[in-house]
Amino acid sequence: MILSQTLGKNGGALAKKAAISSEATAGKISIRDVSIVYDPEGARVVAVDGCSLEIPAGEFCVIVGPSGCGKTTLLNAIAGFHGVSSGEIYMDDQLLCSPEMTTEPGADRIVVFQNGALFPWKTVLDNVTYGPVIQGKMTRKEAREAGHELLLEMGLSGISHRYPSEISGGMRRRVEIARAMMNDPKVLLLDEPFRAMDALTKTVVQKYLLDVYDASNKTVFFITHDLEEAIFLGTRVIVVTTRPAQVKKIINIDIPRPRDFRVLSSEYYRNLKEETLEAVHEEAQKAFEAGERERA
Amino acid sequence: MEPDELGKSVEGQSLAEQGTQPTLPEEEREPLTWEIMLSRIKYALRTSAPYLGAVGLLSTLLAYWLLTEVIKAPLFEKVPGPVAVASEWFSHHPMFRISIYSGIYYKHIWASCWRIIQAFLLATVLGVPLGLFMGWKKVFKDYTFPLFELTRPIPMLAWVPLAILMFPGYEASVIYVTFLGAFFVTTLNTLLGVESIDEVYFRAALCLGSRPRHLFFHVIVPGALPFIFTGLQISMGYSWFCLVAGEMIAGKYGLGYLIWNAYMEFQEPVLIIAMITLGFLGWFSSALIRMVARRLMQWQVREIAG
Amino acid sequence: MPAPLKNSKNGVLGKKVKGFLATKSACRGIFSIVVALFIWEFGTRYGLPVLNAIPPPSAVLVSFKESFVDPWYWGSWQSSFQRIGLGFIFAQIIGIPLGLLMGTSRYFRELSLPVFEVLRPIPPLAWVPASALFWPTPEESIVFVTFLGAFFVTILNIVGGARSIDARYVRAAVSLGSSRKDIFWRIILPGTLPSIIVAMTVGIGICWNTVVAAEMLAGHSGLGFLTWRAYVTFSYPLIVVGMISIGIAGYISSAIIRLLGSRMTPWLKTS
Repeated sequence: MILSQTLGKNGGALAKKAAISSEATAGKISIRDVSIVYDPEGARVVAVDGCSLEIPAGEFCVIVGPSGCGKTTLLNAIAGFHGVSSGEIYMDDQLLCSPEMTTEPGADRIVVFQNGALFPWKTVLDNVTYGPVIQGKMTRKEAREAGHELLLEMGLSGISHRYPSEISGGMRRRVEIARAMMNDPKVLLLDEPFRAMDALTKTVVQKYLLDVYDASNKTVFFITHDLEEAIFLGTRVIVVTTRPAQVKKIINIDIPRPRDFRVLSSEYYRNLKEETLEAVHEEAQKAFEAGERERA
Repeated sequence: MEPDELGKSVEGQSLAEQGTQPTLPEEEREPLTWEIMLSRIKYALRTSAPYLGAVGLLSTLLAYWLLTEVIKAPLFEKVPGPVAVASEWFSHHPMFRISIYSGIYYKHIWASCWRIIQAFLLATVLGVPLGLFMGWKKVFKDYTFPLFELTRPIPMLAWVPLAILMFPGYEASVIYVTFLGAFFVTTLNTLLGVESIDEVYFRAALCLGSRPRHLFFHVIVPGALPFIFTGLQISMGYSWFCLVAGEMIAGKYGLGYLIWNAYMEFQEPVLIIAMITLGFLGWFSSALIRMVARRLMQWQVREIAG
Repeated sequence: MPAPLKNSKNGVLGKKVKGFLATKSACRGIFSIVVALFIWEFGTRYGLPVLNAIPPPSAVLVSFKESFVDPWYWGSWQSSFQRIGLGFIFAQIIGIPLGLLMGTSRYFRELSLPVFEVLRPIPPLAWVPASALFWPTPEESIVFVTFLGAFFVTILNIVGGARSIDARYVRAAVSLGSSRKDIFWRIILPGTLPSIIVAMTVGIGICWNTVVAAEMLAGHSGLGFLTWRAYVTFSYPLIVVGMISIGIAGYISSAIIRLLGSRMTPWLKTS
């Protein structure tokens, strides 16, 4: 893939940024005894209950759990879209969220959304250059050049003047990742980003994400319900219980990087999968029954 | 509906091609608008649609002619037939002075058009920002929306007598009524447009470091644009509606006035001429808005064009 | 909408907080209405430029009280509603089947749609004199014009709605063994129902506009005529009474349509 050949090389855009940012312990996240309760239509819904998690800087951390268990709520709290009811969230030892305050969403922790959030009314290049330009970090000219460079490096040149509706779903997702990386965030938050994609495109984009991670070494907070994806991508897999979300099991994935698909048929992978499957399946069962009860 | 060909052409390049040389970003030549239109027309001509449509129109015209001038069916006695209309409209010495060769005809047309332009522009200039602001700041909406909704149910034409009191003289009152109608429609559609924007775009913009003014110009305005233009089309149609009514009730010059006057003076063919002219102008003004919309909202056009 | 930011300040939105916010909106709305009424009242008394010609709310109120006990006032309601009812119902009776036919049969649509597209831009009111030439009585001509306005809207909305029914529903029905008649009554009709309701909602508004204008121009009864006559006889507060009455009448009819609409399409209600 074009990516492995250009990413991370000296002078590559991502590597340049990685060199600058690795000076600080960029992107360490501490979630300490966080509970999030929200109240739609009067019924108290405990989405997250006493969840604690330490994510060291530069780790690819994957959260796995059944649908609706609160993992997205946790991600939203880190991103700053809403607050926490109790507990604290720290990033690089600075308070991010507490019951009294919530830091506004910002470019230090960028979210890649489930169904994609590329601005449909902007071209690919305009989408990618949006962040630096409006933050005043670059002039439009500089941003366009840097944007071209980044898109080139990520194998996305040639579509810079297209609109999101003109390119395929897989490309859109890659552009969104490029848009995030353009701002050199400390943390990348991905909320089931590949959920809506077909299996074949998914494998391509997963590899793409891994290449980006290898080149830039960002902290990644990745949410999925797909077990195979979790083990393939993550350094650590956190299994989370059904609602309210709590940490149920932490599994270290010692597969060396860079990873490719031969990993998927290795015995080590299969053992890991078995280990994780039990924990996840139990929670999935509970979630299913809870859903039935809710509707009954 | 995803045009995958383009995506494949970049992704599907062989490793060898990709590996040799990173190509400079190439801006491909976009097909020109008229080229797109030409190909669309060519495609359309191959279907049955335009031919059947022509048949439908011609048969309606034929029926109209037969009923009014040949058979002289009971209810149609006083209705002028196409021959009568045409002979007035296209003659050099029209009986009632309304033909494509007469200056007065164009004077009436211009009077109506000028009023529409004033009313529509005013309504748009006031309505769109108001709707955008109401969608953006909830507090502002809290203050303004109830007042808005309270006045909206009153049909525009019910304002005519009051408008005549408020703005003495025919011109201003007619324009006012037209303006009011267009204003309500535009504001409401703009507001709906803002509220229809998927929240995820706001969140994405915030993540990328947007301040409120960035949200306004980069998310709210472009996001609401489709609804705004739908609203503008509706309000243009509604403007003509109100204008004609206003002119008929209280105007001097203008197509609405022409229609009423023709009726009063038993100049039936003029009636039909004015109606047809109105129809054409209404269609034309909506088409203009659609054209502008297409230019401004390239991202939608390209999606459909594939 | 940046609603999540508000939540983030509170973390937990309790019922109390939500309730309070709701009242705050209501308070602001009431505040602005009251302010507007004040401006109206004092504007007319103290000669503000545009407002000094119109009657103040206090005079309007008095006029309202008088109208309430006046049988002619209620008679006007009846006349207008009658016309609206007839025009509107005819528009639905003829428009809905025609629209469904146009929406489902491609050839019929291609034949007839251009004719509609040509006639549609002509404002319904422009038809008033032509209609008066055609129909023997003024009453019939007013109903016809009312009918026209709603008719075109109905046709267009239904054609759009019928064409946008997801083909998969039809295919699913076919694979489950439905006949053509069944498909029409059980898939196409319910699928088009939302657009029928949209057409009705828009149509009733157009009907009111048309009736009011027609009554002002050429009517002898009805709320529009009442308003116009008030102007001609210099009873200015009555003009505003007429306007407000028409507004209320319009609102009532829209509310009825909305109610009907939600009854007919229970599946559209989101929990």
